[in-house]
Amino acid sequence: MATSSERTSPPPFPDSEDQDLAECEGVGDRVSDEDGDGDDLFLSASGPTMSDMDPALPTTITNAPSEVLFEPPLDLMSSPILETETKPAAAAVVKPLVEAVVETVAEPVAELVEEPLDEFDDLVDLSSDVPSVQATSAAAAESPLVEVEAETPSEEACEDFVDLSGSDSDSSQEETLLEVPADSAAASSDPQDVSTALPPGDVATGSAAHEQPGALLEVDIGQASANGEKQPLSEDLFFDPLANLADAGPPPTAAVKQPAPPPQQQQPQQPPLDLFEDDPNDLFGESRHAKSAKQQPSSLFGEVDEDIFGEPLGAPAAKKAGNMASREQRETTVGTKTSGLGGGGAGFGDVGGPLNNNYEKEPADIFSEEAVTIAPTAAAASSSRTNGVHGAAEEGDIFAEATVELSLDSPRADRKKNTTAAKPSTSATTLSSAATDLSKTHSASLEELEEEEQEDNFDVNISVTNPEKIGDGMNAYMAYKVSTQTTLAMFRTKTFTVRRRFSDFLGLYEKLTEKHAPNGFIVPPPPEKSIMGMTKVKVGKEDSSSGEFVERRRAALERYLQRVVCHPSLLQDPDVREFLEKEELPRAVGTQALSGAGFLKMLNKATDAVSKMTIKMNESDVWFEEKLQEVEAADQQFRKLHGMVESLVVHRKELSLNTACFSKSVAMLGSSEDNTALSRALSQLAEVEDKMEQLHQEQASCDSFSFAELIADYIRLLGSVRGSFDHRMKAWQRWQDAQTMLQKKRESEAKLLWANKPDKLQQAKDDIAEWEAKVTQYEGDFDRVSSTVRKEVVRFEKEKVKNFKRQIIKYLETQLKAQQQLIKYWDAFLPEAKAIA
Amino acid sequence: MMEEEEAEESPPLSPSVIEGTEEVTPPLSVSPSTIRVTEAAQDGELLTFIIVSQKLSGTGEYHVDRTYEDFDWLQQHLFSLEDVPGIQGIIFPPLPARAQQNAPVKLVRQLGLLATGETWTPYCRALGAYLQQVAGHSLLSRTQHLETFLTSPEPPGRQKVKKGLFNRLSQAVEGIRKDSHTKDVDDFFRTEREHNLSLTGLSRAAAERFLEVVQTEQKIAVACGHFAASLQLCVEAGDDPGQETFSKMCVKISEIMESMKKNVQKVAENDVTTLGLGLDLECRYQEAEKEMLFRRTCKLVELETASRNAERAKPLKKAAMDEIKKAAEKDFEQVSVVAKQEVARFQRARVAVLRQALVRWCELQILTATSSAEQWDQQLLAFRGPARGPEPSS
Repeated sequence: MATSSERTSPPPFPDSEDQDLAECEGVGDRVSDEDGDGDDLFLSASGPTMSDMDPALPTTITNAPSEVLFEPPLDLMSSPILETETKPAAAAVVKPLVEAVVETVAEPVAELVEEPLDEFDDLVDLSSDVPSVQATSAAAAESPLVEVEAETPSEEACEDFVDLSGSDSDSSQEETLLEVPADSAAASSDPQDVSTALPPGDVATGSAAHEQPGALLEVDIGQASANGEKQPLSEDLFFDPLANLADAGPPPTAAVKQPAPPPQQQQPQQPPLDLFEDDPNDLFGESRHAKSAKQQPSSLFGEVDEDIFGEPLGAPAAKKAGNMASREQRETTVGTKTSGLGGGGAGFGDVGGPLNNNYEKEPADIFSEEAVTIAPTAAAASSSRTNGVHGAAEEGDIFAEATVELSLDSPRADRKKNTTAAKPSTSATTLSSAATDLSKTHSASLEELEEEEQEDNFDVNISVTNPEKIGDGMNAYMAYKVSTQTTLAMFRTKTFTVRRRFSDFLGLYEKLTEKHAPNGFIVPPPPEKSIMGMTKVKVGKEDSSSGEFVERRRAALERYLQRVVCHPSLLQDPDVREFLEKEELPRAVGTQALSGAGFLKMLNKATDAVSKMTIKMNESDVWFEEKLQEVEAADQQFRKLHGMVESLVVHRKELSLNTACFSKSVAMLGSSEDNTALSRALSQLAEVEDKMEQLHQEQASCDSFSFAELIADYIRLLGSVRGSFDHRMKAWQRWQDAQTMLQKKRESEAKLLWANKPDKLQQAKDDIAEWEAKVTQYEGDFDRVSSTVRKEVVRFEKEKVKNFKRQIIKYLETQLKAQQQLIKYWDAFLPEAKAIA
Repeated sequence: MMEEEEAEESPPLSPSVIEGTEEVTPPLSVSPSTIRVTEAAQDGELLTFIIVSQKLSGTGEYHVDRTYEDFDWLQQHLFSLEDVPGIQGIIFPPLPARAQQNAPVKLVRQLGLLATGETWTPYCRALGAYLQQVAGHSLLSRTQHLETFLTSPEPPGRQKVKKGLFNRLSQAVEGIRKDSHTKDVDDFFRTEREHNLSLTGLSRAAAERFLEVVQTEQKIAVACGHFAASLQLCVEAGDDPGQETFSKMCVKISEIMESMKKNVQKVAENDVTTLGLGLDLECRYQEAEKEMLFRRTCKLVELETASRNAERAKPLKKAAMDEIKKAAEKDFEQVSVVAKQEVARFQRARVAVLRQALVRWCELQILTATSSAEQWDQQLLAFRGPARGPEPSS
């Protein structure tokens, strides 16, 4: 278990790692410096050049071991640019690896760089260091391996990383290369050719050209090999964020497209894109959780399951694996996803781990069997995944996630695999034939997966019951019984109950928003505090309106919690679990901000901020623009609908009241009636009307709960959706600011150069490096937030449809029942009426 | 459709129900049970009612158009019939109040249940019922005025008639009323008066409550309609699949709300056309009975005054006073006889009317509920049917 060793290894040597890191950064700096100074050629536009190159380089590096691909880059290197080439390469490797590692292990780079987390410094440092070290080594050549080993204290870890850099790419490369010929020799060889042929051709164009090998490779792999999907993913993890950062985002793909064989032009982009959107995204999202988990007070350690801590961290892969195995049986996608993600995080965290393992295990297939075809590799992939599931958690979950699509013969016949297994076969065939449907099937499969996820979420069933007033006077508060029923292994027991007061619910929301909203997640909002309603309850007025208020709120809280646990990522949050499980919860403070009008004001403010920022932000993505408009329109409509339903409810209540009055009136009329039959009939009628009053009352609450409350929920949720858009905007703003800053630093550096002040030059260079890193990271953040928001909005919409559907069915059922009840009442009364003589 | 049917098969207070003890050959050339006010044509402020009745002679119908003034004319003539002994003892069929359309709010206050709904249907039916009652009344149907009203192509009532004979009277003797309230020579009338008094209040209250129910139902129908319309606005043309699904759902919900609206509308309509009309008639008839009882009381007071006068009269005037007293006695007795008959007839009739209303109401509500239930059942099926994927476990 390389991972476990990894996990344990970090703590012993934190300091040396730091130094390594510094070294690495130094390398990066130097490179960038040189770029800035000499290689204006490559500085196509501005700062981003470095990053432009980055994406390409990792791939070139990873490609390195594979002969076919390795050679063209070599050619490149032998050309005049050789020197700069290698250096950027090193930097490139360092950066993406560092980033990937860091992000997945604990934190986005930003945090790493800016505010190292005390506790996790070690981890982060180690992981970031090691890859970087090895990266540099890999970049420099194969030889520095020794050096790396010398540098990294733990040989094992070091080897892992070495393996990673070399072997991971090796294996993947090898796979692709092997498969390609086996599967469709002609088709696959073509892309390969292209990829090999292209780089030299485009060398002259500079950085863009460097990207091409990577991009192309992706493309080719995506199309030609069954592994393609997996390949682009893994590469994307490294590649995309950086490529995008390059600002000239499109260029790489564009560059790729043109040289690439025409028929393949479009597919190449899409699969990787999708993958990037979904999987890595999750990864990152999860990693955030991991971070938050870490930030939790250490009390967590003692009181909450260690799993909480371990899982998000991704490190305790073994546990994860166990969880996963058990979950897999129930096939809770949450579980799988979590493990996939958390594990993926883990996998990435221990970059050496998963990939290395891959290397270690797959070689059996890949290297020993020379004539590997798609099926074997797929099998290898799937086996690696299943291994991961069973116990070898270090198994590249990332890989697994990606490869799931391709696992043709998955040993385990669980649901997810079934669906995915079906897809790979189609995609494999399509791949070999035309590869045209790839993107479609792929996205379709993703959708399916997503749907499954949602269904499976019902494994957690939460009910909020027994609202109870505790205390007296104005200090009184309502406490609710929160009961959870679940089959998820992450909870200690299958059913458990805790008592929570209203502010606890708000507190949970605050914690969740704080942690997840900045990442673009839509955190379901709880019902607002209602001073009016609560005061009534406090004063102890036991009238129907206060009873209704309590019931309304109880139901709203229940729906709120259900929404939270239905969210695959939020369910993993330790705070959620703590909320559901822990007997005593520290008193939530500062929830006052969320009360009533304040809450609304907050939402409105957020909205204003969004609208203001929209003006500033030239939206690059039409989707977001349209969605935001949709959301705003929906908000308006929902508000209107809410008004309508509310008035409907009011009328229904009025009807109930009027019916009661009529009933009384009829009863009196009956009692003064001389004609006995008529008198009897009238008093019977009064009884019927009494029952009808009840029925009308029920219908009023049915209308209220089916529509009014649902719509009110959605008005609140839309606020959260807008909030997520807002956070995306903020991420964008931060990135833009960083870019501006970088630009300023560059200018000042240029001035210094011109003024010939070498003493300050170094500082300036450092600044630039720092800001470059920030720009890279902020852009990564922005991309991540964007894709999270996107995914969340899609999820939100799906949930919306589902919720409405469920409600309308419930509504119709109630109405139907009411009518049947009515018929019964009338049927019983009819003989009475006829008996009047 | 439903209403006409009903009107034909069982008009409230149809003559068959009301027909009194005396069997008199009707001078009327139309069959009382066929009289219907089919529609109200609105021309500005003026409402014109089309009255259709079948000729007794055989086939053929009379179609006449009458305004409310014509109805009023008829009613006043009925009040002042001269050749009917003890006319004061008759419970005159109550004519619905005049419909003043310029003030819809007032209208409801004036007409109560008859003003509900967008059409004049309830009002027309109430007028039709009034004519049937007049035509079916053994004493009143003999008047030539009714024949003229029902058959003459020329509107009869455009000239002013002396109005509100009894109304003026009732005001004049307001004071007496209280005195004579407690004591009556006849126990029958005393109890009847008490009974009438309580029933008048109660039936009015019931009618008012019922009106509120109906109005609320109508509001619900309107609210359902608005909700349905708003849902339609949520539909957005978008190629976004998520949006599209939601739009479709909105359309469906809108349809459901639309059918909900129809259901409530139908329920309200049923309410008005059956029990509503029944209660309205009941309450107006109780008023009419009250009027009659009051007129009789006035006669009683007159008689008492006359007797007193006769007793105290000086011998010179004694004979004249006795004459007056005798006349008053006779008059009072006639009125009482007629009144007794009328009260008995009325009691029978109103029970029949209420029975009819209740039974019909019940049946209609069952019909409506059944059809709505069917409809919603289908919608429910449709909603579950085309759904992709399994239902979320509830």
